[in-house]
Amino acid sequence: MSNTYQVPTMAQKAATGETPEVLFWVGCAGSFDERYQAVTLAFTKILNKVGIDFAVLGDEETCTGDPARRAGNEFLFQMQAISNIQVLDGYQVKKIVTACPHCFNTLKNEYPALGGNYEVMHHSQFLQGLIQEGKIVMKGGGTFKGKRITFHDSCYLGRANNVYEAPRDVIKALDMELVEMKRCRTKGLCCGAGGAQMFKEPENGNKDINVERTEEALETGAKTIAVGCPFCLTMMADGVKNKEKEKEVQVLDLAELIAKDQGLSG
Amino acid sequence: MSSLPQILFLLVLGAAGFILYKRISYIRKTILLGKPLPRTDRPKERWKTMALVAFGQQKMFKRIGPALLHLIIYVSFIVINLEVLEFIIDGLAGTHRIFASALAGFYTLAMNLFELLALGVLISCVAFLIRRNLMKVPRLSSAELKGWPKLDANLILWIEILLMIAILTMNATDQLLAYRGVEGYIPLGGLWISNSIQGLFEGLSSATLLFLERFAWWFHIIGILGFAIYVTYSKHLHIFLAFPNTWYSNLDPKGKIPNMEVVTQEVKSMLGLQAAPEATDQAEIGRFGAKDVTDLSWVQIMNAFSCTECGRCTAECPASITGKKLSPRKIMMDTRDRAEEISQSKVAGKDGKDDGKSLLGDYISQEEINACTSCNACVEACPVNIDPLSIIIELRRYTSMEESGSPAQWNAMFQNIETSFAPWKFAPSDRFNWASKLNQEEKKPRNNE
Ligand code: SF4
Ligand code: SF4
Repeated sequence: MSNTYQVPTMAQKAATGETPEVLFWVGCAGSFDERYQAVTLAFTKILNKVGIDFAVLGDEETCTGDPARRAGNEFLFQMQAISNIQVLDGYQVKKIVTACPHCFNTLKNEYPALGGNYEVMHHSQFLQGLIQEGKIVMKGGGTFKGKRITFHDSCYLGRANNVYEAPRDVIKALDMELVEMKRCRTKGLCCGAGGAQMFKEPENGNKDINVERTEEALETGAKTIAVGCPFCLTMMADGVKNKEKEKEVQVLDLAELIAKDQGLSG
Repeated sequence: MSSLPQILFLLVLGAAGFILYKRISYIRKTILLGKPLPRTDRPKERWKTMALVAFGQQKMFKRIGPALLHLIIYVSFIVINLEVLEFIIDGLAGTHRIFASALAGFYTLAMNLFELLALGVLISCVAFLIRRNLMKVPRLSSAELKGWPKLDANLILWIEILLMIAILTMNATDQLLAYRGVEGYIPLGGLWISNSIQGLFEGLSSATLLFLERFAWWFHIIGILGFAIYVTYSKHLHIFLAFPNTWYSNLDPKGKIPNMEVVTQEVKSMLGLQAAPEATDQAEIGRFGAKDVTDLSWVQIMNAFSCTECGRCTAECPASITGKKLSPRKIMMDTRDRAEEISQSKVAGKDGKDDGKSLLGDYISQEEINACTSCNACVEACPVNIDPLSIIIELRRYTSMEESGSPAQWNAMFQNIETSFAPWKFAPSDRFNWASKLNQEEKKPRNNE
């Protein structure tokens, strides 16, 4: 076996007549956003290390259409969805994992009405499974040991899809102390980016939503804010900067936490 | 004694029934201004949702204080209405406490229970009045409640207080009369709560007591009938509509936005996947999304009529919390107000739709709908499963697809998706560049190696 990390594409797999077990749907943020690329890399390394038979779509992947639909542009959403479904079905994709709750929600809940039926998992659920099956054995110790960590529920994972425990199970497997924010789980406060807000300036108000949420996260005393969504990551990291706490407080994705524990980062 | 009271009662009952019938058919018609939406799948799950959320008040218990006070009023409302049955039979037949002899000891027990509940309601209503008017609970003192909504909320509490006082007065005087052996009054052998206020009436003559007892009886029954009619004008319609409203809840994952079939047909034909839709079909399509309440579904309008104006949604809304103009409660109140406006103009013989006004624009502004993060906090918070977000999405659909009126930055985002297949302006060919950062790295050994 090769001793470098592999990121096979569906096209490469298809060329050799293989159908990988699972498609890693990277998403636009995971592909283009410099900060979130680190999450994509971390998750890819975990998949490599565990020996998951996976592939990505590479440059055949396009936006799921989530922000278009939420901003009201149903035409554009459906254009995206229908073309994506053609690509996915062309490769006979059965199972998808993604590190973006928006992609997760759209692929899982909204593609079926347009004929795209897949088993879709968020990477928190996938990681939870790997930990439970013993395929990832936490090393523990290191810089995390005993440190406080808080988890910010993403709306599209939590309320939208009732996934509350998977990310927490992943965090609990780390050698850290999970402290909840006042508003968590079903009552979790949005980071401010959903519903296509990520792509425009906020409306007039007296505060930015991400600052409100970051203050709440900082109140827990945790020096690590865990997230499971590219938009939440941006919003919380901006919030931490706004509070001038970026030297002490880190905002990390679940995959990055696992990768760090496993000594895969860098 | 003449049968005059009976005739009078029949008239009162008939009039109330007639008005109620009129009001109910008006509300029904108003709700049906909305477009059809079939939602009768998964009946088992629907009955269960209704049992838990409406009957069991499940979602109220996220805040224990108001939940308990509300529960007392709610349980009493249901139980005390059993007594109304007796009132109606007595009123029509000219009898007095017709169930007393048949039920004997059980009747006394029931009356004691009713009194206990009446006292509970009295205390709860006073507590709610204090909470609403003296304590500064933000969700109960926001701008959208100025005027009628605030008056409505207070009025109903006062009405309930008066009705409960009437019940207790009636029982106290009734038992004094029975004790004095006045004909027709039946001693019930101890009603604890009303007995304790009998001292107030003891010095009065039997004739005065008789008058008081009758007055309280009439006040209570007319009050109840009046209450029933009043409710149809009020946010308190939720005491009835909470049941159908939860039965017709959205049972899909909250994150799922329903697909627009008409768009699918057009998109598929644009992509050459199926023949273009027939021209005749297109004529029936109407507009995309919603500009006015008539573009919404009937469930969304029923939502608006079921809204208790409690503001739990707004208290959880990230946009409202941070001072944006959006308030999901106001979305529901506006929807109801606009629906009623159209309906009333129809009653007056006009075609309400063409009054030059619309929900979007005259009631709800772009700024409000643009502030929503689609976070579903409002939907989660609503004690009767109302979905303000679904209305916001419909209004956004209209804005985007019929008017191209979305914020400029959204239009730019749309364009990016169209041309670069990502919401940001990146070259599609760069999408997979991230992988190059990886290939140079050594792979770390596997766990089990
Ligand atoms: S979905 Fe929109 S309206 Fe509802 S709470 Fe979230 S931001 Fe507010
Ligand atoms: S929509 Fe629901 S939560 Fe909001 S005010 Fe109405 S009843 Fe209360």
